[in-house]
Amino acid sequence: MKPTFFNEMNEASGEARPHYRAYADWLAATPEERIARKRVEADIAFHHEGITFAVYGEEAGKERLIPFDIIPRIIPAGEWRMLHEGLRQRVKALNAFLRDIYHDQEIIEAGRIPREQVIDNAQFRPEMKGVDVAADIYAHIAGVDLVRAGAGEFYVLEDNLRVPSGVSYMIENRKMMMRLFPELFSRHEIAPVEHYPDMLLENLRTVAPRGVEDPTVVVLTPGAYNSAYFEHTFLAQQMGVELVEGRDLFVRDDTVYMRTTQGPQRVDVIYRRIDDDFLDPQVFRKDSMLGVPGLLAAYRAGRVTLANAIGTGVADDKSIYPYVPEMIRFYLGEEPILDNVSTYLLRRPDDLAYALDHLPELVVKEVHGAGGYGMLVGPASTKEEIDAFRRRIVAAPEKYIAQPTLALSNCPTFVESGVAPRHVDLRPFVLSGRHIDMVPGGLTRVALRQGSLVVNSSQGGGTKDTWILEN
Amino acid sequence: MLSRTADHLYWMSRYIERAENLARLLDVTHQMSLVPKSAGMENQNWGAVLTLNSVEERFTESYGEVTAKNVLHFMVMDPNNLSSIYNCLRVARENAHAVRGTLTSETWESCNVSWIEMRDQRFEQIMITGIGQFLEWVKLRVALIRGVTFGTMLQDEAYHFIRLGGYIERADNTARILDVKYHVLDGSTDEDASDFYQWGALLRSLSAFEGYRKVYRDVITPARVAELLILNRDMPRSLHACMRRMVRVLEAIGNSQSAETERLAGMLHAQIHYARIDDVLKRGLHEYLTDFMDRIYALGDGIGRDFLLP
Repeated sequence: MKPTFFNEMNEASGEARPHYRAYADWLAATPEERIARKRVEADIAFHHEGITFAVYGEEAGKERLIPFDIIPRIIPAGEWRMLHEGLRQRVKALNAFLRDIYHDQEIIEAGRIPREQVIDNAQFRPEMKGVDVAADIYAHIAGVDLVRAGAGEFYVLEDNLRVPSGVSYMIENRKMMMRLFPELFSRHEIAPVEHYPDMLLENLRTVAPRGVEDPTVVVLTPGAYNSAYFEHTFLAQQMGVELVEGRDLFVRDDTVYMRTTQGPQRVDVIYRRIDDDFLDPQVFRKDSMLGVPGLLAAYRAGRVTLANAIGTGVADDKSIYPYVPEMIRFYLGEEPILDNVSTYLLRRPDDLAYALDHLPELVVKEVHGAGGYGMLVGPASTKEEIDAFRRRIVAAPEKYIAQPTLALSNCPTFVESGVAPRHVDLRPFVLSGRHIDMVPGGLTRVALRQGSLVVNSSQGGGTKDTWILEN
Repeated sequence: MLSRTADHLYWMSRYIERAENLARLLDVTHQMSLVPKSAGMENQNWGAVLTLNSVEERFTESYGEVTAKNVLHFMVMDPNNLSSIYNCLRVARENAHAVRGTLTSETWESCNVSWIEMRDQRFEQIMITGIGQFLEWVKLRVALIRGVTFGTMLQDEAYHFIRLGGYIERADNTARILDVKYHVLDGSTDEDASDFYQWGALLRSLSAFEGYRKVYRDVITPARVAELLILNRDMPRSLHACMRRMVRVLEAIGNSQSAETERLAGMLHAQIHYARIDDVLKRGLHEYLTDFMDRIYALGDGIGRDFLLP
């Protein structure tokens, strides 16, 4: 049976949905040559501006464009309000969970989540136990992946609480659309997103260590060969702060300094785009050349803020994910606004037995995987691929989770043969400090291969501008 | 400003300047080769290009014979030659990439596009279209990068380090080119009209031909060429002009440990400022320029120690 997918733009009848009508009219009235010319123009501009990303495993220093599609993803105001509230609620609960498990562990005591799930998790950082962080915020920046299966039916696929990326493409895509088709912006009331860096800076300043009046904020990058390097430079520049590498920083008397042309200068808040493992070679990976020796000691002493905090990975881990609705009920006393995808934890014998019987229908993911690597999409795989994956699951079931294959919504997209529907997701960026807030929208990723459900840019995914309509 | 940022800006600027200097040198050498002369003289000119850039050994290893085509390929396109235009634009762009957030988008994009276009060039195609056109393109690209940089950047520390890198590279280049060419020409027994073209070419390679005419309104003599390129304060590529600006930049960026570097620069500037060409020539131009280059090198060392990467 061929499933029917929800089309973001068109009703089943083929007619445009109300919030897409003005765009559809414009698209129908715009000559194909103009569209084709504009698509080339966008490619050239992205190349010249160097808005590129590096792909792991390819030749060092080689850069590629993330394909940009000029048909926007449009979300009506009413739907966004629901998502907005749901995201705030979810991220609030996740931060409460992180604060709890690194302190009194009430949720475990209350028996709402198994102890070993948390404590034995590779992402749980014992070094963080008892450490008080500014404003009790751990995940200052969360990139929550949402998918839609039907009208008003959204699911959270993943909470990315470590170093989520993509926000620069959200902004660059908007700039590109405005440059290519300014007339569209007078026909629609589209909520702006370009103030994200301002919000981010404000947010980072509010979580500076106590007693610091005018905090110095920096962005810490692994360097120019990192796949998200463009984004690191973009955010640092837009916020007007220094982009530093580990070798630019040093710690003396539990205080972090950067080396400047005028001598050492104190650093108060580090928006770090480096994984926990590489942050401090004295504590974590000894071979890390990217980190700063002594950073953890300065952090534990409350002399510097790290955003995101160390140890957030335990809350966005795929094996913890099924418990997020329970966190919302436990910490906030509320019912979750956004749904989870039902998830089988293959470390449980019953779940494992079910999953092994139904592999061709399921999506199986590594608990610690990311970037679309190491996953099985049952319906899109051959029998041989499924059998190979089955052997990997049986060898170490605790490393995997399984979920039903969602009927991911799709959106019309330019492909070689013309315009065709392709599956999309949405990653809004939720900022937490003294308040929780976000710019309306996020990054829409699109799986460019026909039938593919994998939207990651490392797997050939593209992006679209995302419009939240204001009326 | 981060020391590493200053380091990238400084080297970006040096490599951009180097690409331009190289394009000029190759262009005049190429134009000279169109003037009738002995084959020996022509090879000497192409050989001088290699001497100037201290790359004779590398060249001989992979090319052997000094011919126009070999030298051009080596100095324009060879990715294994760190001094080729190809590599200058690549390294300039890599440095710019590392600090793109500090540059204006115009500067970054002009640098990035220059590299993208360079990368897509094919040597055979360049030779068919004409090397002159390609070298003209390099000069135009550098003029564009410099134009948007100075036309759009805030005049803050970043701007000073870009200028510093440019002037020190330029001073070094002028001193080298004068030293090598003067040596070749002074020892030449070619007493005919080709001397005029040789001196003219030297001036052109430093964009100083028109300047010479304006300043002297007279025939070209070696002493005057040396005076113009070393002592004339108003010639943008003269040693005097470079030192004068460098001293000013160093004053602007000076920190608690840079006093000695500022002193070195100030001394060198003062000595050029009050020098007379007769004295310089009496002492021997080669000795004078060698001493200057040593001191510029020491100055570069000092800048690295006081401001750049630890």
